[in-house]
Order: sequence, then structure tokens, then C-alpha cells
Amino acid sequence: MTEPSVSPTVKPLSDQIMIRMEAIHKWYGAFHVLKDINLTVRKGERIVVCGPSGSGKSTTIRCINRLEEYQRGRIVVDGQELSNDVKQIERIRREVGMVFQHFNLFPHLTVLENCTLGPIWVRKLPRRQAEEIAMRYLERVRIPEQANKYPGQLSGGQQQRVAIARSLCMNPKIMLFDEPTSALDPEMIKEVLDTMVTLAEDGMTMICVTHEMGFAKTVAHRVIFMDGGEIIEEKPPEEFFTHPESERTKLFLSQILHH
Amino acid sequence: MPEPRVPHSNLPPPTSTTGVVGWLRRSLFSSPLNAVLTLLAVYLLYVTLPPLLRWAFLDAAWSGEDREACRSGGACWVFIRVHLDQFLYGFYPDEQRWRVNAAVLLLILGAAPLFVRTVSSKFKVRLGLGLLIAYPLVAFVLLKGGMIGLPVVDTSQWGGLLLTLVIAGVGMTAALPLGVLLALGRRSRMPAIQTLCVTFIEFWRGVPLITVLFMSSVMLPLFLPAGMNFDKLLRALIGVTLFQGAYMAEVVRGGLQAIPKGQFEAAAALGLGYWKTMGLIVLPQALKLVIPGIVNTFIALFKDTSLVLIIGLFDLMNIVHNATTNPAWLGFSTEGYVFAATVYWLFCFSMSRYSQNLEKHLYTGHKR
Repeated sequence: MTEPSVSPTVKPLSDQIMIRMEAIHKWYGAFHVLKDINLTVRKGERIVVCGPSGSGKSTTIRCINRLEEYQRGRIVVDGQELSNDVKQIERIRREVGMVFQHFNLFPHLTVLENCTLGPIWVRKLPRRQAEEIAMRYLERVRIPEQANKYPGQLSGGQQQRVAIARSLCMNPKIMLFDEPTSALDPEMIKEVLDTMVTLAEDGMTMICVTHEMGFAKTVAHRVIFMDGGEIIEEKPPEEFFTHPESERTKLFLSQILHH
Repeated sequence: MPEPRVPHSNLPPPTSTTGVVGWLRRSLFSSPLNAVLTLLAVYLLYVTLPPLLRWAFLDAAWSGEDREACRSGGACWVFIRVHLDQFLYGFYPDEQRWRVNAAVLLLILGAAPLFVRTVSSKFKVRLGLGLLIAYPLVAFVLLKGGMIGLPVVDTSQWGGLLLTLVIAGVGMTAALPLGVLLALGRRSRMPAIQTLCVTFIEFWRGVPLITVLFMSSVMLPLFLPAGMNFDKLLRALIGVTLFQGAYMAEVVRGGLQAIPKGQFEAAAALGLGYWKTMGLIVLPQALKLVIPGIVNTFIALFKDTSLVLIIGLFDLMNIVHNATTNPAWLGFSTEGYVFAATVYWLFCFSMSRYSQNLEKHLYTGHKR
């Protein structure tokens, strides 16, 4: 397991609610993938979602920016309720950054262009200003020297850091991470986790689907365990790892921690 | 005490694997069967090439004014030389042909920066779009006239290579955007648009171009009020565009399907809407992937322009054919068709080479 080398300083959480999911149900055809998901995330809160594959963790966070539709329930993001209105969905997506398992960088654009695309075309910033912002974030993920390369020329870890920078350039209020280290070679996991820890230190509201339990221990305010489309357990990390309640959680932890 | 290990020095490879000998062994005589095939090919070239060269060059007649010059038994290129102006301009009036030259020159000058490597790609895109919009208008005014003091030259007088290029040029520049829109429409989630596009594509792909051209000249006038004359060239242009647009749509759709779902999701997560996602993320990648298919369609389109002879337009092919039936020049159809084929080949081959160049230039490494 990879332990991040830095740990974020503890700041008191504000009471402002950034995400509220209420009784979310989702079906793929007849298959009930999400069953009554309720989740409230406060500003600056960092949540790690874990669970076996197929448990609905990715689907859950993908509902928050409407990459997945759901059939029942309601989601309010930063005071705005998700609806079927395309403009409303786009407004919410602007405030919610997302980092994917397979990076999903745009291969036909340079690293810098990947980072400026959103600010220029969605935020309508002038090119000069967008490039300044992009360089600032590329420096923060420690790869400013790659700005004019194409994603295909970078290593997996570097690509994922570019993907993080690309999301940050939109100045989002919330960051969603969908298994950001699962597709990486072991020696590259740490550089990505370290980047995420620095982000946490700045007080970013984060929801992270991951199996990196070291990251969960040092960074998360809450760990959520999902199985079979349900939230089984929801606890601060120190309790979650030492006193899991449900049998399923215990089984999962024993599988993931002892190998 | 072990001796210190001496690193092995670099030896040259065996001479039989490098240089001319190595190449011959690898490429021509790598196995008995390949050796036999190589010898057979050499023999075939020996039998066919010398007579061909003798006919086309050594015994050919190059100078002279009429068929009397062509008694050498070789090709009669005099026939081409005498008719060259006609092959290039058709029945465009002699004293107005400078307008055609001017239009061609304008295109060459305008498009030249697009082919220079050092010019920035942003400028190229702007210039390209500008040309795409402005050039057809300028060229139309120049060729057709009736404005700015230029006498009108009716489209029925356009012909030869000029007509072929007009049909091919308009067909290509109109069929590609049409194809892109149809492909997007076919993948649309809106049932009405999808049905419309599928129907359109399947209809136009299902009928031969000849039928389309026939219908446009025979059937269309039946629906128009009596006395109203619909320009023949325009009818051909519309027919060719709609027909090739349907083919282009399927080529582009192939490219769209190759774009991973993650690209759409990443664009959506940034808050990009449908048209921006398509225009900035998906189409640039999809079109790049299907450059070979697009150029394939372009080449087919270029050659298909020769079918307009069916509705009585005198494109390059038809005007060459017409010249071979000229009583003063009977018996020289081979030269005529060889000439036409060479011109078609030159244009198509250039397109093919350019597309390969473009692919190499646009390559940005492995995609993820």
C-alpha cells in the first residue's frame, strides 16, 4: 500500500453543504444499481468511497455531475438542484471537476491546450489569462516543463497529474476522483496521491473512489463503504479501520489489507 | 583470481545481410518461389515495357499541325496538342479564357501558405476557412461573369478540365460538411433527426449516381413550371453533392465510433455543450482517423465526375471522347484516352500523397 508522504493539516469544517444526495435510486434496465443513496458533503470535506467492484461507487459519484442519470431521488450541488435542463447540468458541471481512471486527456491537444480548453470555451477567459492559470496549476502538479508535449508522450502518472491540473483550471468547488490510481503502475501511484494530498491541504471539497487505504487514513474525514448498490458503512477513518461494524466491511478490509 | 572481463567489441554484420546483396536476398530471392516470381516479373517487364516506351516516346509524333504528321506508327501526341485548349477550357470563349487562368492562379496563390510547413497552424485554419467561404464566390463571378464588366459566359460553355475541377471542387467542399452533419445526425439521440438522416443516407447510397444524374435532367423539369430552366451544371452539382455526402457520412461515422466514451465524458465534465464537444474534441480526432476514408471518397468523387457526360455536360472525359469522333482526327482515340487517364491519375495520385503527408503531420502519438 502506498502512503502519501505528506498529510494535510486539520482545519475545522464549515457548515455549508456542498452536495446533498437524497434517496437516489438507479436502474440499468431491470438491474437495480443504486439503492437509496443518501449522502451529504460539507464544504472542505474529504470523503473516500470504497467497496468491491460493481458495488456502485463510481456510479454514485458520476451521478453528482450527471454523467449518469438516475431515476429517483434528488441531488443538490452547491445550492443548485440537478434537473433535466441541459443548461443547468452544464452550469453544475462547471463547478465540479472530475478525474477519471483512464485520465481521458484529449490526445490531439498539447498538455497546455488540454488545460486551457475549459477556461477559454466554457469560462470565456481570454487565452493569455487561461494560459497563465494553466501554467500555475501545471507547476502545482510539478510538470510545467511538459506543457507543450502531447499526452501520448507522457507517462501514466504524468498524464493523471495533467488531468488533475485540467480540472483545477476550471476553478471547481468540488473535485471528484474516480479511481485515479487504478490504471497506474505502482511506482507512479505515489506522485498522483501526493498531488491529491496537496489539494486536500488547500481545503478542496473532495470525493474520491479509491482502494488506497493509506490515502483514506491520512486524508479522509469520512470513509464510505458500499456494497451491492448500498452504503453499508460510513465512519471517520480511524473508526472505520479499527472498528468496522458490518461483516461485509470486515471481509472487504481483510481482503484489501492483507495481501 | 578471475581475470577481469573484457567487453566484447562491436563487429560489423555479415556482408551478405547488408548493402545491395543483402537487399536482393531479402526482397527478391528470399525463397525459391520468390526467386521464380522475381524472374517471371523481370521477363514480363522485358516483353511489355520496350514496345510501350517505343509507342509512347521513341516513335511518337510530337510536332505538326494535322494527322499528316502522324505516320511514324507511334503515338500521335499532335492530336492532344492541337486539342489541348479545348480539353482544358471546353467551349469557353477564346478571348475570355484568361478568366479561367486567373481563377486557377488565385486559388494557387491563396492556398499556397496552407502547404508551407513553417506557417502557423492557427493562420492556416483561418486562411482555409476564409478561402472556403470567399473563393467560391470570387471564382463564380470570374467564371460566370455578368458583373464588374465581365461578359456572361453561360455554364453550358464551360467544359474540359475546367468543368471537371468545378464539379469535383464543389462536390468535395460541399460533401464533407454535409457528410459530417449527416453522421452526427445519425448518431443523434433525437429520434426525428436520426430517422431523417438514416433515410437520407440509405436513399442516396442505394441508387447509382447515373440514375441520380438522369433523374435530375429528365424528371426534375417535369416538376418545374413550364419554361423555367434549371441550370444543368447546378443540377449535376447538387446530385453529386447529395450522393457523395451520403458516402462521406458513413466514413465520418466510422471515425466517430472509434472515439472512446471517455473523451465525451471528459468534455462533459468540463461543462462543454454538444457542439463544442463535437467541434473541439470529437470531430478533430474522428476526422483525423478517417483521412484515408475521406480521401478515398474524394478520389472516387473526382473520377465519378466523368459520369456527367450522361446529361450532356462536356467534362474532360466527354470532351476528349468528342474530339476522337472528329472526322479530321479519326483513329486516335487511344491517345485521347491515355491523355485523359493521365490527367485523372495525376490529380488522384496527388490527393493520395497529400493525405499521407497530412496523416503523418497530424500524428500526435498513441492515444489513451
